Amino acid sequence: MRNRSFAIGFVITLVITLTALISFVWTPFDVTALNIAAKLQKPTAEHWFGTDHFGRDVFSMIMVGARNSIAVAFVAVIIGVGFGVPFGCWAAARGGLMDEALMRGNDVIFAFPALLSAVMITAIFGPGAINAIIAIGIFNIPVFARLARGAALALWPRDFILAARAAGKGAARITIEHIIPNMANLIIVQATIAFALGIIQEAGLAYVGLGTQPPFPSWGKMLNEAQTMMSFAPHLAFVPGLAIVITVLGLNLLGDGLRDVLDPKLSRTRR
Amino acid sequence: MTLFLARKLTWTLATLLVASVVIFLALEIVPGDPAQVMLGINATDETVAALRKSLGLDQPPLTRYLSWVTGMLQGDFGKSHTYSVPVVDLVAERIVVSLPLALIALFMSTIVALPVGLIAAARRGGAADTGIMAVTQLGIAIPNFWFGLVLSTIFAVWLQWLPSGGFPGWSAGVWASLKALMLPAVALALPQAAILARVTRSALLETLGEDYIRTARAKGLSRRAVLWKHALRNALIPVLTIMGLQFAYLLAGTIIIENVFYLPGLGRLVFQAISLRDLIVVESVVMMLVAVIIAINLAVDLAYLVVDPRLRANH
Repeated sequence: MRNRSFAIGFVITLVITLTALISFVWTPFDVTALNIAAKLQKPTAEHWFGTDHFGRDVFSMIMVGARNSIAVAFVAVIIGVGFGVPFGCWAAARGGLMDEALMRGNDVIFAFPALLSAVMITAIFGPGAINAIIAIGIFNIPVFARLARGAALALWPRDFILAARAAGKGAARITIEHIIPNMANLIIVQATIAFALGIIQEAGLAYVGLGTQPPFPSWGKMLNEAQTMMSFAPHLAFVPGLAIVITVLGLNLLGDGLRDVLDPKLSRTRR
Repeated sequence: MTLFLARKLTWTLATLLVASVVIFLALEIVPGDPAQVMLGINATDETVAALRKSLGLDQPPLTRYLSWVTGMLQGDFGKSHTYSVPVVDLVAERIVVSLPLALIALFMSTIVALPVGLIAAARRGGAADTGIMAVTQLGIAIPNFWFGLVLSTIFAVWLQWLPSGGFPGWSAGVWASLKALMLPAVALALPQAAILARVTRSALLETLGEDYIRTARAKGLSRRAVLWKHALRNALIPVLTIMGLQFAYLLAGTIIIENVFYLPGLGRLVFQAISLRDLIVVESVVMMLVAVIIAINLAVDLAYLVVDPRLRANH
């Protein structure tokens, strides 16, 4: 069971990532070229997923959209890990008031409705991929801070940390050399989950017109455009939706599989 | 116990205060003068200045912050500039859509998720468990707004059983309103149910591994009795936590679903207010939502005490 999750998740993630990378050098059709004569075609041998209301090839748009979804969600995870892990480790190493202050700050961010706030941030500072990344990334920070703090607190009393302290290493050095490598498993698993959530959030923002802007296709934007054509061209909404579902499913399976592979102790209680 | 409650309440108030500062500052740095945005580019300098004065924008930020907070403490959440009505009235008008929607979705997700999680835990490792886990994994991956689109295509466009969008208002009849909320509620409930079922299952499995469960089995209780009487009650804490989080999410996070189904809910109110630069509406509604989320978290913490007597003894 454990290796199957990992294998399926890994293959799906790999295929999606490769698709996104290939789109930089090759797509079956140009996604910015309009061809009204070929509009709203059902899936054919030439257009695998059909064409949209401007005659653009849906398969090519899905390829370029993958690039966009992955980039936004990935950088948002990097922001979460990059700020959250140091904050969490710092809180655990210092303890006392600093710990309390950092964790209460965390609670404040947690109290904000993430999706609504992300909509607010992108609407106010202008729609676009960069602001979407920031809006999603900010709400990743407390997740990783809390996780890192909990893991660090559990590691600090361990014997090998005591040995490092006896050897005269300072808190910062111990954190970098011993604490962070030992919590890497947990961080990686959480990162894949946050990655998957980021894909859904990005699609949501793009759907309400606050994500990546035209002419670049994004899965959320494609869903938005498809909504008015549901009665006569439902494939336009099904295809990008399925792309999101498969990507998120792949990442979640990968996360689950990684959890089992990296930490067999944990998997006994979880599964 | 009293000390615990006092500490909890102090932190709650502190969090609210910090949140109010964050919201205020965030909207302070919004690009564009609100008065200018509201009046459009053709407005003369005098009319813009007059509006700034009537909005209180000529006051220093600290004065405006204090008057906003003291107003809220007295139940005055300000007045919308675009609609010319108190923010409280706008919220009251929208909450009759958002709250029932959140409650229906939470109810649907709970009645499906708890039994499903229970079955999976009871049949651990069996075919039913494997199947349920696969389906929930898929459920988590489905974005609710896309599921909403699919449901609307099937039930509104093809079968024409239910409306594809809009909200008639409760005065137009309870049945018509419930029908309008049915598809969005199902769309919201599916991913939530998938998460809740997984949490229920793993919480149950965790408690089933405890010593007191072995004791209960050893004294001759059936598997079923142990599952229902001993394990379920002890597994409720993580389940309650997730339900609290989900309710908060459902109340504030339905903004995209509201766009799919053209529902006049709280999310759309904020969405529209942002684009109209009706900042007082944004500030006050977001503050109310934050307060509700904090209150729900507090209620969940207190519910632990009710469910788990051990926690009562500890504090």
